[in-house]
Amino acid sequence: MIKLENIVKYFHKGSVNEVFALNDINLKLDEGDFVTVIGSNGAGKSTLLNCIAGGFFPDSGRIFIGAHDVTGWPEHQRAALIARVFQNPLLGTCPSATIEQNMALASLRGQRRGLARGVKAKDRERFREELKQLGLGLENRLLDKVGLLSGGQRQALTMLMATLVKPEVLLLDEHIAALDPKTAGQILNLTQEIVKGRKLTTLMITHNMKHAIGFGNRLLMLHQGRVLLDLRGKEKENLTVKDLLAHFYQAQGEELAMDSLLLN
Amino acid sequence: MTLYAALGAVEQGLVYGIMVIGVYLTFRILDFPDLTVDGSLPLGASISAVAITSGLNPYLSLLLALAGGFAAGVVTAVLNTKFKILHLLASILTMIALYSINIRIMAGPNIALLGVDTVFDAVTRFGVPAQYAGLVVFGAFAVFVLGFIIWFMGTEIGQAILATGDNPQMIRSLGVNTHVVIILGVGLSNGLVALSGALVAQNQGAADVGMGIGTIVAGLASVIIGETVFGCQTMARAFIAAVLGSVVYRLAIALALGLELGHFRFNPSDLNLITAILVIGALITPNLKKRLIAR
Repeated sequence: MIKLENIVKYFHKGSVNEVFALNDINLKLDEGDFVTVIGSNGAGKSTLLNCIAGGFFPDSGRIFIGAHDVTGWPEHQRAALIARVFQNPLLGTCPSATIEQNMALASLRGQRRGLARGVKAKDRERFREELKQLGLGLENRLLDKVGLLSGGQRQALTMLMATLVKPEVLLLDEHIAALDPKTAGQILNLTQEIVKGRKLTTLMITHNMKHAIGFGNRLLMLHQGRVLLDLRGKEKENLTVKDLLAHFYQAQGEELAMDSLLLN
Repeated sequence: MTLYAALGAVEQGLVYGIMVIGVYLTFRILDFPDLTVDGSLPLGASISAVAITSGLNPYLSLLLALAGGFAAGVVTAVLNTKFKILHLLASILTMIALYSINIRIMAGPNIALLGVDTVFDAVTRFGVPAQYAGLVVFGAFAVFVLGFIIWFMGTEIGQAILATGDNPQMIRSLGVNTHVVIILGVGLSNGLVALSGALVAQNQGAADVGMGIGTIVAGLASVIIGETVFGCQTMARAFIAAVLGSVVYRLAIALALGLELGHFRFNPSDLNLITAILVIGALITPNLKKRLIAR
């Protein structure tokens, strides 16, 4: 469960560059909600995710995750409750560490780190089993440095690492945007499997309206720091890309003549 | 080069190798260029020398030096992480402050260690000939520190240090406070540098406030030579290469200083020029090798 109450966030407040990034956001996700988030550039999608993850503190409002009020918690403290996958595949893993070292780092998310071995013998078997699910053959490459993997492989590994310790909430910030279409599709399917299989409460930002409609049980559209649309259940199931675009342009106060081009 | 000179160079390489391990930790692993070492090397020397002349056991004085160096590193890292001062600048500030502090500790610019027991006397008492005492002691310390750092980098904390240098955003999102990790890492690095300084002082029989000048350059030169000559494929290999790089660096300098070309000879004051040429050589060799092979 995750709850945001009256979240307000400005950037560069008081200067000429002032940006009103989040304008009184109220949001409650229930256990197991898989929410897709769309909105144009600058709508506040990433800001929202960063705010939840603790990348910065909101100017006002409160954030609750599970039973905790995490509003004042720094990023590393919130990590015990949150797993993240970034848009840039290079951000989720450590290139000069091996696959097993990366997984070991992730398997300690939110726990105290001490002088025990970083990679324990008993973990290896588990890592191998987890990696088999990816079907990329990584289970035979535990000692390879992650820097040797492709962007898609690294993002798949990051998805897996995010869920080694079950998070209260999984944040996906356009995590397939930097991948080629085929790989993106694979990672998206993997995401679906993991989120459904482990019943994770998830927020997924996407620029792809089909993905926004096709995945998850709830859809948020952000615009200028506000929640413009919050659809779930039947409403979301019956939604078409056309409906969504209509909302989108209505919000922007403009009509594009070539919608059909964008749809393909 | 005489055997005696070679022996001296290897000795120097080993004792400064401990410093180079510290430099490798900050410069390569934490990605934190740290000039504090120019101050923490003489800091370790001063602390150890004052402790010994006050009657403390020379081995215990090494622990004090280690702690002093750690504290100096902590100051630099706190300035950087908590107060957002650029790492280079923060380390320069600590370095110049240490110059004054070292003179305070010694109550003067230098202090002699004549007629007092050092870690070398304990070894000669066991029957090791005096001319090999340095080699034995430094070799033992270098191996011990190497073993420790390789073990430490394999622990959960060590892995967090590695990840902090590599991808701070990722490791924060995995629940690690990167500030604490940087403070710990830079502290440990300077602790090792100070230990190295303390051993040097006990060997040469004096601590001097000026003995730290150029430490970072020698450290970087050794790191780069080590990487070029011995490789850095794994963590253990990289640290061993750093220490061996330090030995090669000291040998190369001893060779250059002993060089005679007709009437030309290098002066000790040419040391900086030689170092610069060595580092440039180490930096461009891999590149040249590649081009030659491509041909």
